[in-house]
Amino acid sequence: MQEKSEITIERIRPKKKRNIFYRYFKQFDLQMMVIPGLLFIFIFNYIPMYGVLMSFQDYNIFDGMRNSPWVGFKHFEMFFNDPRFMEIMRNTIVISGLKILICFPAPIILALMLNEVKNMAFKRSVQTITYLPHFLSWVIVAGFAMSILATDNGSLNIALEKAGLIDEPINFLAIPQYFWTIIVTTNLWKSIGFASIVYIAAIAGVDQQLYEAAALDGASRFKQMFLITIPSIMPIIVIFFILEVGNLLNAGFEDLLILGDDAILRSVSDVLDTYVYRVGIGSGRYSYATAIGLFKAVISVGLLTLANYLARKTGNSLW
Amino acid sequence: MIKPTFGDRIMIFMIYVFLIVLAFVTFYPFWNSLVISFNTGKDTMLGGITFWPREFTLENYQIVFQDKRLLNAFMITILRTAIGTFLSVLVTALLAYGLSKKELIGRNFFMIFCLLTMFFSGGLIPTFLLVRGLGLMDSFWVMIIPSLVLVWNMIIFRTFFNQLPKGLEESAKIDGCGNWQIFFRIVLPLSGPVIATLSLFTAVFHWNDWFFPSIYITSENLIPIQTLLRQVLNSNTVTSQMSQLDAGALSHMSSVAKVTGKSLSMATMMVATIPIMLVYPFVQKHFVKGVLIGSLKE
Repeated sequence: MQEKSEITIERIRPKKKRNIFYRYFKQFDLQMMVIPGLLFIFIFNYIPMYGVLMSFQDYNIFDGMRNSPWVGFKHFEMFFNDPRFMEIMRNTIVISGLKILICFPAPIILALMLNEVKNMAFKRSVQTITYLPHFLSWVIVAGFAMSILATDNGSLNIALEKAGLIDEPINFLAIPQYFWTIIVTTNLWKSIGFASIVYIAAIAGVDQQLYEAAALDGASRFKQMFLITIPSIMPIIVIFFILEVGNLLNAGFEDLLILGDDAILRSVSDVLDTYVYRVGIGSGRYSYATAIGLFKAVISVGLLTLANYLARKTGNSLW
Repeated sequence: MIKPTFGDRIMIFMIYVFLIVLAFVTFYPFWNSLVISFNTGKDTMLGGITFWPREFTLENYQIVFQDKRLLNAFMITILRTAIGTFLSVLVTALLAYGLSKKELIGRNFFMIFCLLTMFFSGGLIPTFLLVRGLGLMDSFWVMIIPSLVLVWNMIIFRTFFNQLPKGLEESAKIDGCGNWQIFFRIVLPLSGPVIATLSLFTAVFHWNDWFFPSIYITSENLIPIQTLLRQVLNSNTVTSQMSQLDAGALSHMSSVAKVTGKSLSMATMMVATIPIMLVYPFVQKHFVKGVLIGSLKE
């Protein structure tokens, strides 16, 4: 419609050339709609990207970026030689890996299970309840975790004592060896329901005739799940898996910052992001922290590209 | 209908059992904290509070609602959520609407301009220094302005606007409506579900955000409830929790001894949680759709 009417106008007045400025001011009210949004994006997303250059400087607040001396890769070398480098990389990859291993497949399994539930009221109740934690802040979730894991009458210690498994309450939140388990469990608890939405919808989109045909051929519900449902939603699973792998260095931030704040836990809880926060905001070593952030960003883009390349080979590319 | 086999029946039974356990495990921490918040602190210390309060009391909440610092933090959170959500949804929707118009000059460039921010960002420190350089430190607006435009929401909005029937807009245009009038009078009224969803997501972000205030805000009277809660929960000992929480309120109470840091924190946590709990089930139908637009239509 739009194009047609334009063509007729051109035909009526073929001589008048509309240059881009004329057209721009003609649609200035439309441009006014996008200008505020684009301006905010420019200021708060693009200016900080330029600020990344300070990782090659010895930035100090008095000289600003313009006058601070350039030092090349000094901060990157410093980070690689940081005594905590190996520890932080290990924590990042292990925590992130555990989250992918456990928190990624869990919502898929939940969606498959919910699909077998034919009682709609029950299904909806389970969904509503499991969505709840997604809407809670990490402060609250950590508060719940602290309450349940507390030594003075935390529910878990009470339950374990009643079951006769332990004699003394265990201070779970102050023992490094439990930390990763706690982080993965709380993340699973928080994300499983909400993350399942996408898979539930994908399953709902599977052609019902496939199930009818399979049932006529004598396939059990269990078999149908493996032979129809899972293959049908595989493309979505692959796309989300790519995103997960691309996010490998995003091991988490708020959860680790709150639950892993205890000095005893730092050796297992500090990942790249939290370390950037501690050395940057905490100690004011801006250039050093920015360098660590840039190091992480570069590897992340590489990982995403690699994951996408692998996915394209299976025919499920992201872009 | 084909009868389920014996194996299927066992599987379905197991699934029901598992889902009930999952629902219980999901709900229990919340319920337990709620119960503790309604139980006298002294009695909670004796232990064994799980599903039901033993010594019911409203005292914890009375103290929480008398603590000026907590009330102030609560007000800041409400203000921030209301203003932040309104402005963010407005600016983001306007941007999305403009970008949904094919005739917009520079449309493709603007789209890429927005999308790139999803893959690259300056990171924490440059953003922090920028905010400080702009003089936004320790002001109310620092909680609103830097996160005003959410590109992810913009994409969801744009996808939705693209799906709206074009006829209405065109007939309005013929009647002499400008783009702004069309947006406010025709497009927005048709966008109820998507506005509800994205407002919920944005509001939840503002309600829950404790981190940015913790680095940008130093004045006590500007700290929102989640950041305050974080400080309270972070102080490990009961006595220091008490001193964080009870500021003025405890001295007014005659029955101080019955209240503990734990029971007060739980009551505060509930105050910070229940508003969200009351809202999200009503938007559930819509946000399921919103999540889908966002994730499937990359």
